[in-house]
Amino acid sequence: MEVFDTIIQISDSAVRLAIPLLLACLAGLFSERGGIFDIGLEGKMLAAAFLSAGVAAATGNVWLGLFAGIAVSVVLALIHGVASITFRGDQLISGVAINFLAAGLTVVIGQAWFGLGGRTPALPGDGRFSNLEWPVADALKDVPVLGPVYSELISGHTFLVYVALLIVPLSWYVLFRTRFGLRLRAVGENPGAVDTAGISVVKLRYSAVIICGVLCGLAGAYLSTGLAAGFVKDMSAGRGFIALAALIFAKWRPVQALMACLLFGLLEAIANRYQSIEIGALEIPVQFMQALPYILTVVILAGFIGKAIPPKAGGEPYVKER
Amino acid sequence: MTLMRTFLGAAATVAISTAAAVADPAVIFDLGGKFDKSFNEAAFNGATRWAEETGGSFLEVEIQSEAQREQALRRFAERGANPIVVTGFGYASALDTVSKEFPDTKFAIIDVNWLEGDNIRQIAFAEHEGSYLVGMLAAMASESNTVGFIGGMDIPLISRFACGYAQGVKAANPDATVVQNMTGTTPAAWNDPVKGGELTRTQISQGADVIFAAAGGTGLGVLQTAADEGVLSIGVDSNQNHLHPGSVLTSMLKRVDNAVYDVFSAGEDLETGVTLAMGLENNGVGFSLDEFNESLLTEEMRAAVAEASAKIIAGEVVVHDYMSDESCPVN
Repeated sequence: MEVFDTIIQISDSAVRLAIPLLLACLAGLFSERGGIFDIGLEGKMLAAAFLSAGVAAATGNVWLGLFAGIAVSVVLALIHGVASITFRGDQLISGVAINFLAAGLTVVIGQAWFGLGGRTPALPGDGRFSNLEWPVADALKDVPVLGPVYSELISGHTFLVYVALLIVPLSWYVLFRTRFGLRLRAVGENPGAVDTAGISVVKLRYSAVIICGVLCGLAGAYLSTGLAAGFVKDMSAGRGFIALAALIFAKWRPVQALMACLLFGLLEAIANRYQSIEIGALEIPVQFMQALPYILTVVILAGFIGKAIPPKAGGEPYVKER
Repeated sequence: MTLMRTFLGAAATVAISTAAAVADPAVIFDLGGKFDKSFNEAAFNGATRWAEETGGSFLEVEIQSEAQREQALRRFAERGANPIVVTGFGYASALDTVSKEFPDTKFAIIDVNWLEGDNIRQIAFAEHEGSYLVGMLAAMASESNTVGFIGGMDIPLISRFACGYAQGVKAANPDATVVQNMTGTTPAAWNDPVKGGELTRTQISQGADVIFAAAGGTGLGVLQTAADEGVLSIGVDSNQNHLHPGSVLTSMLKRVDNAVYDVFSAGEDLETGVTLAMGLENNGVGFSLDEFNESLLTEEMRAAVAEASAKIIAGEVVVHDYMSDESCPVN
């Protein structure tokens, strides 16, 4: 039974850790399916984390914070859009610029507003997303096996966790079962054909980056108002990049993205729980456990998962021939 | 013309005298940043206290990456700052280089005791002694007989905290279990409150009900999560009791503020070429007791810790220092 409890606790932790990755990964999914590579996920998350914590701290209302976070993330996404769609700039450079911009501005503005060295004050109760307890979770706690699964694993997460999990099937439906999704995928593969059909490439790509901005905003808001209680500089800690790796792992598909992010979350949760694992006489050191997500990333990127083919027109600005 | 000359001469004299007096002291913070509510902030508070009391001014900089250590140090030395305080063992090799280039400038470094140089004052704290005391408090406050430790970056200095803490826990309650975690192996581990919170939840699920965070900015996440989940936490370096009144059992104090204040007060007359060991006997380390945690520490706990403190000062109890042999007798 103790082993079972441990498994539940690790899974619970894995879900919490996977959610910011999942939201960022889905953000990247929409953007890249639309043909816009986005390595600025990290920066958008960071900016959203900062502004949602800042606004929530100032107003005491987490919902205002959430909207502020989404707004700033969308603004950054639009900057990326203007640079890479309208002005046909290099998408990687624009993404890097956004990362730098967010890393610097959050601390400078945070210092100017709160005078706490770029941190925001710790958020009070209403300034954070509290955990939602599902109906009869307490009553079912003692039911064997299913009880803990329901009361600990499924119930008791913040609102944004359930939103993120709902976005997965929604993304699948939008991308693969709607006209908009078909066009969005087409614009990432062959924008020329879309243009010939009389559909605006520019408009589709802008909608892709805006969706990307909204999802990154959710990811950032979850970090600072759901998981933590306030913003600390560089708090995204590379999660935007892990999300990109998960995206490649998932071969640009939503359900697989969920699986990939859960795997990364699980690895991190295991590394947190067992800082050193002994298998027989062999002891696996903590450094290895903590490096595991990154090692996995390298293995994945080296092509271990088979061929991961990115959208064909990704990274290239569309130039209408005249 | 004569008037003009007098005027210019006077101006020049003023200029020269200000140049001589401009030798402001300087402090260079470590990667955690000066508002980490912990180690660097203690240094900043010491410098600020000196500035407020004397009306003087000081130079300061927060570095952003490892590569800036030597650069920041050299620039302050070139600008004539004297004395210059650097916070953290990370500056050891940079200081070793720069102090030789500027033999007339006086330097002070915190957390280091292995350098050589006539113009360096090294200040090392006996963190294991302070950690021992809060370990005892943790063991006595724990109802589950399980307490936790969350360190920042996995380095010997933090293991010294962990080892002292574990010894204190075992001294107060030999049956207690200590769950230990390190946040990471890179400097990013000082600034990841999300991971700190996650580690805290993990330790709580393993039964810990008092958790000591020695992790800079990451520790803020530990204290927050402990308050949310209704368990006790212990702060570090600065007094962090006020962050979550009623939830922070105490804070392991490391009086970096006093060390910086003393260096700044001595100014250019700073005694260098010495290594100061700041332990319990000279109030270099200790634990905090204020209006926010009065109700958490019982008379019994205070008496036990006072006794242990007296024994450590008298040499009857020796707290093992992890950094002396890179191993810990208890865990």
